[in-house]
Amino acid sequence: MAKLIELSRISKTYKLGDIAVEALRGIDLTVEQGEFLAIMGASGSGKSTLMNILGCLDVPTSGVYRLNGENVGSLSPDELAKIRNQQIGFVFQGFNLLHRMTAVENVEIPMLYSGVPVEIRHQKAKEYLQLVGLAGREHHQPHQLSGGQQQRVALARALVNGAPLILADEPTGNLDSKTSAEIMDLMGNMNKKSGVTVVLVTHEPEIAGYARRIITVKDGLILSDERNTRRGEQRA
Amino acid sequence: MIPPGEILRISFRSLRANKMRSALTMLGIIIGVAAVIAMFAVGAGANRQIAETISGMGSNLLMILPGATTSGGARMRLSSDSALTLEDARAILEECPAVEDVAPVRRGTAQIVYGNANWSTTVWGTTPSITSVREWVIESGRNMNDSDIRSASKVCILGQTVAKELFGGMNPVGEIVRVNKVPMQVIGLMKSKGGSSTGSDQDDIMFVPVTTAQKRLFGSRGPGSLNNIIAKAKSSGLLSEAEIQIGNLLELRHRIRPGQERDFTIRNLQEFMDAARESTRIMALLLASIASVSLLVGGIGIMNIMLVSVTERTREIGIRMALGARTRDILAQFLSEAVIMSLLGGIFGMAMGALGASLLSRYAGWQTIISPFSVVLAVAFSAAIGIFFGFFPAWKASQLNPIDALRHE
Repeated sequence: MAKLIELSRISKTYKLGDIAVEALRGIDLTVEQGEFLAIMGASGSGKSTLMNILGCLDVPTSGVYRLNGENVGSLSPDELAKIRNQQIGFVFQGFNLLHRMTAVENVEIPMLYSGVPVEIRHQKAKEYLQLVGLAGREHHQPHQLSGGQQQRVALARALVNGAPLILADEPTGNLDSKTSAEIMDLMGNMNKKSGVTVVLVTHEPEIAGYARRIITVKDGLILSDERNTRRGEQRA
Repeated sequence: MIPPGEILRISFRSLRANKMRSALTMLGIIIGVAAVIAMFAVGAGANRQIAETISGMGSNLLMILPGATTSGGARMRLSSDSALTLEDARAILEECPAVEDVAPVRRGTAQIVYGNANWSTTVWGTTPSITSVREWVIESGRNMNDSDIRSASKVCILGQTVAKELFGGMNPVGEIVRVNKVPMQVIGLMKSKGGSSTGSDQDDIMFVPVTTAQKRLFGSRGPGSLNNIIAKAKSSGLLSEAEIQIGNLLELRHRIRPGQERDFTIRNLQEFMDAARESTRIMALLLASIASVSLLVGGIGIMNIMLVSVTERTREIGIRMALGARTRDILAQFLSEAVIMSLLGGIFGMAMGALGASLLSRYAGWQTIISPFSVVLAVAFSAAIGIFFGFFPAWKASQLNPIDALRHE
């Protein structure tokens, strides 16, 4: 398996006034293509910072981050935007769909910024909505959809540009347990069928249980990194 | 880079989402552009009106009036007898090389009767030169001639208004009218000149030989006296030369010693008109600059609303950035919103300005001209305002940190 994510000695220090806060203190992590990984940790553990760095929304203070072999640390903001557009699909806790836009238009946005012609964009967006089980709801606006449906739109949007990495930040935080299970199953299926790598951030053990590998972060360091053996019984 | 069509579509959509706000923001630009267009139209109209007045009056004219000019500028009569005579007029024509033609004027008001109709009008006693000096055109019949002047013939030429009042639609040439009870034959009819710049009817007039006016109509003031002499210089460049020549000649003829006050005044109509034109220009400039200020205020309104919009849509900006929007994509999106608002405002404002100008000319009677230049200027200016005032908010949006923007509530 090829290495998709390589983090070596990643640290991140924030300055809050005069105080320097060390959010990450030298993280080494390798994620291979096709993995389904959960990052767990309490709030303040540094998992959100790690997520932002993995998503190329933030750059580390020191250390090297290679995504798909490319050293991301030396890229300009516009080059990072291109990486986010091509390599990473985001799924957020609050869905982060653009209201006043239909489902299909929301799914089209990543393709808009990669210069896909309008007809192809439209066609592909519809296909991906079908894939996440939203056929027939292409022209609904977010407020006309349930939370689970909105998260499906977000998932379609994350997948549509063919990104090898899906970053899901508390994707079920706003959903009830039944809908959460549906969304997690959907992500599991995508991971299995298309081989897309999924990195999941959560503080709920049940949700982390869907992943095959669980990493626990505490005080800016990786506390544990273990294969998920409970996976079978959790699903049962 | 996203194609411009896409950017426009996105921008229109977000402007439509806040219809009221967009409309009110545009209103600032609409009012500004409309004011600029209307004020330019009024200014151009006033200029044209002055030009028409000048050409209607005749060009390169000097008006010689009896009486002196005091230092305060008020004209004072030295005596009850007029200082200007027909001989003065003749001498000016013969002895001043810079003068092309001269028309003496003896003016008064007279009651004119034809059959049952009667009409009171201004009568100008003058010479045939009046047509060339004041640019009157004989429409039918003939001008007076030198023998009419010599023999003080009882002939007259009517202005259009007088002819209409007395004769209706009938051709007056050859008919006899009674002017202050003196029977006179109508020999000609003047072509219409229309209203003057001050709004008076220039066609409410009648011309008779100057000698006829002096001897038969308004004779009480002493023989040979005139109300004024109109002299036409050979060219506009010779106008001041002619003024000096006439001044010297009349000082000599009127035996005015050096240092003594003149008993006549020479007025340069060109200067008068230039002054009028200049004051109109300043007025138009003033109005246009006031209008420009409102355009500026409209621009600030756009900047204000765009800043609000950027703050409100911080989360949207964050989402777009997370999904791969580059700095310039965000910049282009917000800039195009500002430019669309100001440009649309400019186009609506232009229509409003044109409407306002036509209402002004219809109801206030002001002449207005909408020049292509002012239209191009207003539209280009409003687009420039959109770019100028839209740039800062758009730049601010593009510089947002995606993490902070995503976290924004």
